[in-house]
Formats: sequence, C-alpha cells, structure tokens
Amino acid sequence: MSKIPRQAVLALFLIAGLFGPLLYFRGKRSADADLARQQAAMDRYGMSLEEVAEASGIHMVHSVPVLDPKLQNIAPMIASMGASVSIVDYDNDGWNDIYVTNSSPGSKNHLYRNLGNGRFVDVAGQLGIADLNKPGTGVCMGAVWADYDNDGYEDLFVYKWGKPELFHNDHGHGFTRVTDRSGLPGWINAGAATWLDYDGDGKLDLFIAGYWPDDVRLESTPTTKIMPNSFEYANNGGRKWLFRNLGDGTFKDVTHEVGLDSTRWTLAVIAADFNNDGMPDLFLANDYGVSQLYVNEAGPNGRRFREIGEEAGVGHSPKSGMNASVGDVLNSGALSIYVSNISEAGILVQGNNLWVPQAPGSLKYSNLASAMGVELGGWSFGAQFGDLNNNGFLDLYLVNGYVSGKPDDNYWYDFSEITGGNSSIISDAKNWPAMKGRSLAGFQRKRLWLNGGEGRFFDVSQAVGATDTHDGRAVALADLENNGSLDVIVANQGGPLMLYRNHVKPGRNWIEFELKGRASNRSAIGAQVRVKWNGQEQLQEVEAASGFAAENQRRLHFGLGEAKTVDRVTIRWPSGRVQTLESPPLDTIHHIEEPK
Amino acid sequence: MNTAVARAPNETPATEGRIGWLSRFFSPNNRYLPPLFITCILLAGQLEFGILESWGRTLLAITTSMAMEIILARLTLGKWPHLSSAYITGISVGILVRSPFLWPYALCSALSILSKYVLRWRGRHLWNPSNFGVSSMLFLYPAAVASLSIQWGNSLWPMVTVWCIGSIIIFRLRRFHICASYVGTFLLLSWIRSEVTGNPWLSAVAPLTGPMYQLFVFFMITDPPTTVRGWRPQCAVASLVAVAEMVLRLNGVIDAPYYALFLVGPVANAVDRAIYPQRALPS
Repeated sequence: MSKIPRQAVLALFLIAGLFGPLLYFRGKRSADADLARQQAAMDRYGMSLEEVAEASGIHMVHSVPVLDPKLQNIAPMIASMGASVSIVDYDNDGWNDIYVTNSSPGSKNHLYRNLGNGRFVDVAGQLGIADLNKPGTGVCMGAVWADYDNDGYEDLFVYKWGKPELFHNDHGHGFTRVTDRSGLPGWINAGAATWLDYDGDGKLDLFIAGYWPDDVRLESTPTTKIMPNSFEYANNGGRKWLFRNLGDGTFKDVTHEVGLDSTRWTLAVIAADFNNDGMPDLFLANDYGVSQLYVNEAGPNGRRFREIGEEAGVGHSPKSGMNASVGDVLNSGALSIYVSNISEAGILVQGNNLWVPQAPGSLKYSNLASAMGVELGGWSFGAQFGDLNNNGFLDLYLVNGYVSGKPDDNYWYDFSEITGGNSSIISDAKNWPAMKGRSLAGFQRKRLWLNGGEGRFFDVSQAVGATDTHDGRAVALADLENNGSLDVIVANQGGPLMLYRNHVKPGRNWIEFELKGRASNRSAIGAQVRVKWNGQEQLQEVEAASGFAAENQRRLHFGLGEAKTVDRVTIRWPSGRVQTLESPPLDTIHHIEEPK
Repeated sequence: MNTAVARAPNETPATEGRIGWLSRFFSPNNRYLPPLFITCILLAGQLEFGILESWGRTLLAITTSMAMEIILARLTLGKWPHLSSAYITGISVGILVRSPFLWPYALCSALSILSKYVLRWRGRHLWNPSNFGVSSMLFLYPAAVASLSIQWGNSLWPMVTVWCIGSIIIFRLRRFHICASYVGTFLLLSWIRSEVTGNPWLSAVAPLTGPMYQLFVFFMITDPPTTVRGWRPQCAVASLVAVAEMVLRLNGVIDAPYYALFLVGPVANAVDRAIYPQRALPS
C-alpha cells in the first residue's frame, strides 16, 4: 500500500472512531422514541400511571429547612433533604395510609388516612404527630414505622437533623410521645434510620445513621467548616447508632459493642438478610464515599457487625450513594441492592449501582446496572423495586433532580470547579461560589424501568405517565386501593406530594401477604417470603426503611403475570420458623399470623 | 500525554563515566522515567484512594493503546515501536476518563494513538495524543464520559508529595519551566477570574489541588513531541494554554484545561514547524 492511500485509510479509521458511536447512539435513541410513540402504554407495558394527589384530597407542598445566614451561598444544596414518605396502616383498618414529613421550622407533618374510597384525609394534627418542626428542635428528615412493643399497632419514629422523636401508637386512636423515657439521645443529625431485630429476641431494635456530625447545628452554626472533607472519601460525617430494645419502652445504645463504627455520610440504610443466615445485615449507602455492608455475626459476647464492603465488591468505587433498596430482580431467590448516585452528561457520570449477588446467599456482588440498563438516571435519590405491571418481575421506579432554580442558568461549572479541590478548601462552605438561584441538576425526569424478565430493564416513564420534573427525593410503593396494583407515592423537595394511581392491564394476576409475627416481632420485619410459580421463584423480605427517606407498605406484593396458580409459598419468619402454603388462591391479600 | 523524552540538539548528556546511577536514572535520556513516574502516581492513587473506575478499565486502556501503537507502527513505519509513549497514553486514559462503560476506554486509547499517525504535519503529530483522545470523548460523548474530578483523599500531604517528587523529576527532564509557567499563569489568572466572577479565590484555585491537574501539568503539557522548541517559546505556550483555559472557564466550560491545550497546542506546534522546519524531529 502506498503511503498516501495508507494515510487515507488511517484517516478513515480515525473519523469512524470519532463519529461512528455517535451515529450508533443517535439511531438507537430515535428507535426508542419511535417505539414509545407507536405503542399505547397500557397495551405495550401493561400499566399506566395517573397523578391523583389533588383529586384524592392530598394537598401538601414540602417546605425546606432554613439555615444559618452564613450558609446562604449554598443553602439550596445543604437544605436539599427532608421530603420523605412512609406507608403504614396505623389503625389496622386494612387500608394503607401515608405519612409525610415537612422540614421548615414550624411546618407540619401529615398523616393521610386512607378512607378506602380513593380519598384521603389528614389526621396528623388530630393524632398528635404533626408538629415536629418546632424551632430549636431541628427539622424532620424522615419517618419509619414499626411495632416496637409488639402490641399489634405500628409505632412511629421520626428522625431529624435534630431531636429524634418516638411515638407510641395507642391502638390507632392517637399517639403518645415517649421520646423522653426511651433513652434516645437529645440530638442526631440523621440521614436515615430503620427498625430491625438484630439479635433475634423478637423485639425490634432501632438503627439511626448520622449524616452531619452531631455537633453541627445548621440553623445557627458558629463556623462554616461543616462540609464533607472530600467528595469521594469523606469520613467526617455523623456517627451511627444502634439502640437495643430492652422491651420496657427503653432502648440501650449498643453501637460500639456491636462494631458499628462508621462516620461516613449515610443517606440510606437497608436491613436485610443478605447471606441467608436468618439474621439481618446492614447496607449503608453513603454520600461522598463508598457504600458499606455490615454482616451480622455471632460473637463471644453477642451479635457483632463486621464491615465487608470491600471484600463483597460494593465498597471499592466511591460515589454519592443516596438510596439503598433491595429486590430479587432475576427471580433467582437472591436479593440485589440498588444504590443511586449522580450522573450528569459530560460532568459527572458515576452511574447507579445494581449489586447482584453471584449466587443466592453469596456476599460477593457484581454491579450489573449497566448490563441491565438501570445505570443512568440523573442526580438520583429514592428508588424502589416493585412489580408495577404484575408481569412477575420486579420493576424499578427512580426519582431524580437535585435543585431546580433558574431553568436556564446552572451551577454545574462552579460545582465541578470546587469539588475537585483539596479537603481544606471544600470543607469550608464559605469557599463555595454562591448559587444565586441557579439550578443544579434541576427539572430532571424520572425513570420507571420495567423488567422484561430477560435480564434487561427499559424506561417507560414518559410513556406511562410518570412525567413530573420536581426534585424527587423519596418514593414509596403501596397498594392503596387493595386491588393488587402498586401505586407510587413521591415526596418532592420543596414540591408537592404526588400520588400516581397505577392502572394495571386486566388479566394479570397477583398475590399479597400481610404477616403478623408471634414469636417474631409483630411487624414481621425480617420475614422472607418465597413464591414459586411457573418454574420460577421470587424472594421478598419484609423491611422497615427502604430507599431514600422512605418506607413501603408492610404487605408484600407479588405480580404473577397470567399464571393461574402458585405452586408454593414459603415463609421464613424472623424466629426461624418456616411455614409453607400450598397453592394459595390468587388475586387475594392473605393475612397470615406466625404459627405457634 | 505522550512523554517520549527525546533529546534536543542542545541538550548534551553528562558524561556517563562521571555520574552515578542515580543521575543516570534521572537523566532526560531515560525513556523509562516518565512511565515509571506515572505508574507510581497510578499505584499510589489507586491503592491509597481508589481513584480508578476499576483496574480492568485501566488495563483495557493500556492494552488498547499499546496494541494500536504496535499495529500502526508496523503498518506505517514498518518497525517495532518503543512502547513507553503508548503506555503513558493508555495509563493516562485509564486515570483521566471516568465512565461506567468499557467502550470509552478502548475507543479513547485507540483515537489517541490513531491521531499520532493521522494528524501529522511535516513529519510529526500536532496534538498530544491523550489530549486529543480525552477531549474528543468529552466533546462527542458527554453522556458516557466525564473526566477525573476527584481529589487526593482528605489530606494535603499526598498532593504536596506528588507535586514535589514530580517537580524534581520534571526538573531533571529539563521541562520544569513549562510546568512552572503554566502553574504561575494559572494562579495569577485564577485571581483575575475570582475578581471577575465574584467567587472566592480558593474555589478558583481548587482544581489545581486535584490529581487531574497534576497529570495534566506533569505529562500533558510537557510532552516533548508536541511542544515547541526553545525555553522561552515553551514557557509562552504554557502560559497561552492557561490564558485559553481562563477564557473557557469564564464561559463555564467544565473541561477547560483539555480543550485549551487541544486548541493552543496544535497551533503553536504548527507555527513552530513553519518557522523552524529543520528542527522537526521524528516522533
């Protein structure tokens, strides 16, 4: 080959390398768009969503925390949390209710009682659990429900950047504040919390994860040196707390004796039995750093948590963990973990993580987010797994969006400039350029990834009606109409609470289980249910907290597609007892009490 | 980054018999010194702070880069190439490119090496290879690629250590003046940017304290085959890169340093070769 043709060939290769992938991706995008346009959502995807909050009597707009004037330059970033949602049937009437937090001083939380006719009414004030943002007590960040005294009614724990609050449920007629005699500390700048029975004594214990260090007071701070000391390796966040339930309404701090020593900036926690040993482990999604996996082990002096994030594969690559939720995405009888992070084209492409265990019960994980198509969301926060179209596979709903300010002016340049700096620079808020009302990853669309069952998810959010662009924080899934479809409830930061009613294509079957423990904790938190049908098996576990600042319905919901029968349902209660149900009827909510 | 250290005509090596092994090791003639230095940065950064997306991705970048170098050298020049330059390109891509996907690492390395063999004038390539590759990827594929934007952990010492050791090595390689010119101009212009935007000066300086800039300063702007000849012109071009970067930064361009070098470097090289064609050396 002569020199000029050879150079020409090489030049062609260079041009093909530069622009070939561009043409490929452009073609792929237009194909996806055409597909979405051509198919009616219901026929194509088996579901559609309808936003009905106002029509259902829900009128709630979240208000954000107010900060010390010294932090005003970046106040929208710091005060970017607090919108939470948790589902509870607080009065045991068989209908799921909705509790949401507010976050500005003096603002009220809401408990929307489900009237069973598609309407809701706010009863928080009447029941004494609304006024939790009193000046001087900090601001609400989230709530998590569980029956800590095993009296059959779900009690309420509210975590705050401030004084944590515990309320006893008085048989659905009201709540008694029991914080002061519970033994909880006076102040925790908490980013997440959950209930778990870590020692298997049948009483639920309380885990609280600090976000800011506990000596920080954001509403009145003497110093601006409060920021994380790194955007990838920060370890100057809040400490963690594990309170053992002593059974008399009091809790004992056992954090250090069980080995929970993290001071990372935790934003989400999930307690689940990842290694199938019958005891709940803890997964922490940490902002500004790696995730942590604490495996619950027997020690000479009782239970111990050992951090195995690195050896498990989940603790290598530091990102901005903001969500932790679990689901059996492959119907393989194993729980995968979804962690949301930040992805912004051309600036920060962390990608979300879907940690799939190498085998059921294995503590070795691989990140299959890219391979399964659930990697890129945006500035992602809450996510939940649930079978939204009842096809027999768990889908994934993800909310995105950080700070929506001026639509045409963004803070990304200044953000990226300073976050690459040394800890001595970035840890002082006064070094941060002023946001001046600009957006940072604002107005982002959400994702509803349907699971086709072939190991691949595809986003149908715009086609099925999940079209809002608020700054999504918490998302919870619940069957609000007791009709076998999971509805979607989204709490937006500084935005409205949204209720997406889910219309599922007729002919798709389902089965739901509402469990009550006896030897186990009454809420059955930690119970595992395996449903076998059509040669496949799906595992779900009863959890308290799930995702970012959220709690799903206590009830477990399984979509079954067009299956006419279920072969077997196996329940492993937290006490270790195993119960089997042969061919239970479909399209039914099964209320099951732990056998004596 | 493609630091194949070539000896310029006026750079006479010391008489080998009178210098020790240490001097020989830190000699500008030691083509293994830059690869060794960047490997140390990689290992220290990854083992201590985990700066890489993964070992596999970096390995893919290095392998692709070296394979492309061998293939293209055999095809176009008919000879086996020295691979230190391709190694540095690959390792740079592996560190600087941040992507959850695999393909950008391979493509970026391939484009970097291809640019060396395609975008040539008067016998030499115009763009620093990894600068071309990384800039192209950032510009064309922002949805899949970002650049390294994290810091060296939480302590000041790793950053200071890399700057000190790097400065010594780059001084021995007789290119310290390029780094000093760039850093000095950057610091001065960061103050101007701070005045213009009203942002704190420390936020304007912040990028310089991260590992990305250390790689950019020590390896990318000092790359011998793509820098102009002569001490003063080299200083001037380094300062011009900082000026172009300031203009881009004032316009909110996040990957300003890459684009600044992408724009200024080839123009400076073309002018240099137009004025001094006889000085052009094979790369």
